[in-house]
Amino acid sequence: MAAPRAPLHLVTPVWNRGTRGIRGLSRAVAPEGSQKKGRSLLQFLADRFYDVQALREYLLRKQVLKVHQKNRPFTYIKERFGPHAAGAYFILKQGGAVKFQGKEWIRSDARGHFSLDFLKFQAVPVEAVDASGCAINYQGLDSLLALKELQSLWLQRCPHVDDWCLGRLHPLANSLQELSLAGCPRISERGLASLHHLQNLRRLDISDLPAVSNPGLTRILVEEMLPSCQVLGADWAQGLPSGPEEQSRDTASPIPA
Amino acid sequence: MLRRALQPGLSRGVLGRGLGTHRGRSTLDQNGKVPEIKKKVQSVLPGGAWNPLHDTSYLPPEHSDVVIVGGGVIGLSVAYWLKRLEKPRGAIRVLVVERDHTYSQASTALSVGGIRQQFSVPENIQLSLFSVEFLRNINEYLAVVDDPPLDIQFNPSGYLLLASEKGAAVMESNVKVQRQEGAKVCLMSPEQLRNKFPWINTEGVALASYGMEHEGWFDPWCLLQGLRRKVQSMGVLFCHGEVTRFVSSSSHTKTTSGEEVTLRRIHEVHVKMDRSLEYQPVECALVINAAGAWSGQIAELAGVGKGPPGTLQGTKLPVELRKRYVYLWHCPQGPGLETPFVMDAGGAYFRREGLGNNYLGGCSPTEEEEPDPGNLEVDHDFFQDKVWPPLAQRVPAFETLKVRSAWAGYYDYNTFDQNGVVGPHPLVVNMYFATGFSGHGLQQAPAVGRAVAEMVLDGHFQTINLSPFLFNRFYLGEKVQEHNII
Repeated sequence: MAAPRAPLHLVTPVWNRGTRGIRGLSRAVAPEGSQKKGRSLLQFLADRFYDVQALREYLLRKQVLKVHQKNRPFTYIKERFGPHAAGAYFILKQGGAVKFQGKEWIRSDARGHFSLDFLKFQAVPVEAVDASGCAINYQGLDSLLALKELQSLWLQRCPHVDDWCLGRLHPLANSLQELSLAGCPRISERGLASLHHLQNLRRLDISDLPAVSNPGLTRILVEEMLPSCQVLGADWAQGLPSGPEEQSRDTASPIPA
Repeated sequence: MLRRALQPGLSRGVLGRGLGTHRGRSTLDQNGKVPEIKKKVQSVLPGGAWNPLHDTSYLPPEHSDVVIVGGGVIGLSVAYWLKRLEKPRGAIRVLVVERDHTYSQASTALSVGGIRQQFSVPENIQLSLFSVEFLRNINEYLAVVDDPPLDIQFNPSGYLLLASEKGAAVMESNVKVQRQEGAKVCLMSPEQLRNKFPWINTEGVALASYGMEHEGWFDPWCLLQGLRRKVQSMGVLFCHGEVTRFVSSSSHTKTTSGEEVTLRRIHEVHVKMDRSLEYQPVECALVINAAGAWSGQIAELAGVGKGPPGTLQGTKLPVELRKRYVYLWHCPQGPGLETPFVMDAGGAYFRREGLGNNYLGGCSPTEEEEPDPGNLEVDHDFFQDKVWPPLAQRVPAFETLKVRSAWAGYYDYNTFDQNGVVGPHPLVVNMYFATGFSGHGLQQAPAVGRAVAEMVLDGHFQTINLSPFLFNRFYLGEKVQEHNII
């Protein structure tokens, strides 16, 4: 089966058996840092008090809401400047980069600031989007799907892009030629199956997907599914035993009488 | 006080003269019984080893506000939404009674796991859309702190429904309704179908509808376990037992037109423990019938349908067990990764399973060929006669295949109109139904759970209006007929 996803952020290590009472707490906590100690204390209290448990659930909820906030739609910009400008603003706000047709790449700097000159472009379509590492999720794809002439989409290492998001990419089928999904922890072969709508795809990068259970076989099946697309990614011989060495070992072992 | 009385020589309490005050043996200490009595009395006191009441922790509680009969995906979904929508927190005590904790015969565990919006009844489409949104955000809804996130292994491959000449008009009108409700479905001609899926033989196909988004299949066991875990963390009690009896009271009233009506109210649910004759009467305010294929029997126990036929009292719950087979086969040259869940015009269906060219499929038998639902034995001849020929005709690659395994499961088949029954019974006033989904219960479970919880807590449906699915329609004869059932 596919590699299990890492647990939620607030998960703490398994509580040891020999920890009873407040005195046991200090013995159980490894002296690795005050942050870990703080989390174990929070877990200890959460096991005993409903209020602390509610607090932990609230903290978890806040993390989720933070991602939602990042993926909110920018309806004002969409109405005023058009869907391409809104999509570009969305990507730049997340920390990615955008390339308009005939222009240079626009990137946000280390502090998240970027120039708003692109708002003056009148109906120039967005050609390429580099959303590597951005916290884009299913809701946030709304802004991207409005970019009808997008040719190149890079979603490398996006932590919230999953199989559901891939099922949503079919409106871009007419224009999308390059798609990169390398390193996304939530994408599995089931999401890749829905890429067959993208008939104009020429380059697909599916390397380094930890949730795909059989990378070599998946690559072969994707290549069969998209015959005119060049699929970069896992080496198809990955996981197969190396042939000649195995055979020589077999002949060397004595045949039991 | 009693302890002091036992200490010899300290008081003139229950045991009369202090025990040790007499020289030599006292009159009471004839056969050495006094030290025994002393030991026994001491053990009764707090901290002692003797428990006068035996351990009853395996029995369900004596009182519960809501008793949900049936711990499958529908029952757990109702429990989840009841605990989620209740105000204030912890206000409602919910007990889920499940007869078989291994879920060996439960429809949920044996389900093929598909979810689609390609229905003809708008309420079904809305239920399915809500459930898809629930499944997409399942780790927000069912998150338990410190537990790993759920992976329901959703395959967003879509459903492909094929229609012959006769069904093409119906399919077009269905797609119009589906698009109005917000489903993303596209219609394809045989030409387009051949371009998209070269392995299909489009002979006899006039029109095809293909779901582009929000359709596919997932792992129902994972959803069940996720719901169970979350629901337990929210404080719902589980009981491993079987409901054998309802104790109810009746009251007679007159309707506005002067007719005599008997209203029943369930007061107690007798839950019999597994493999024993012991039962616990659970006093309850509401009973929710989510027993799946066995809902009809539970409804009879509650007195639904006891009356002259043709009246409201005599209207039974028309849910019965129907057996369906699912076969898993391997076909080396079969359709590839993009294979959707294909439903042929004649009722045969198949879908891809995994990466190894394995496929799951089956067919719904006609009324005459219904297999006997007494057991879950698989009839392999059914595959040879009814499933393989239409599929091999539709997908020529399936002419060479090898059946790997097969299983059978029950549908909670609604003989009236093959759609769910949701909501309270008009006469047995505190029994609510959430059953009868005839094969699409799993894909509607989260939404149905919410609807029933809203009905219980608010008295009316709020998010999705399921009034067409109330029990009254069986008496009034208003069928909610679905034109797209496997």
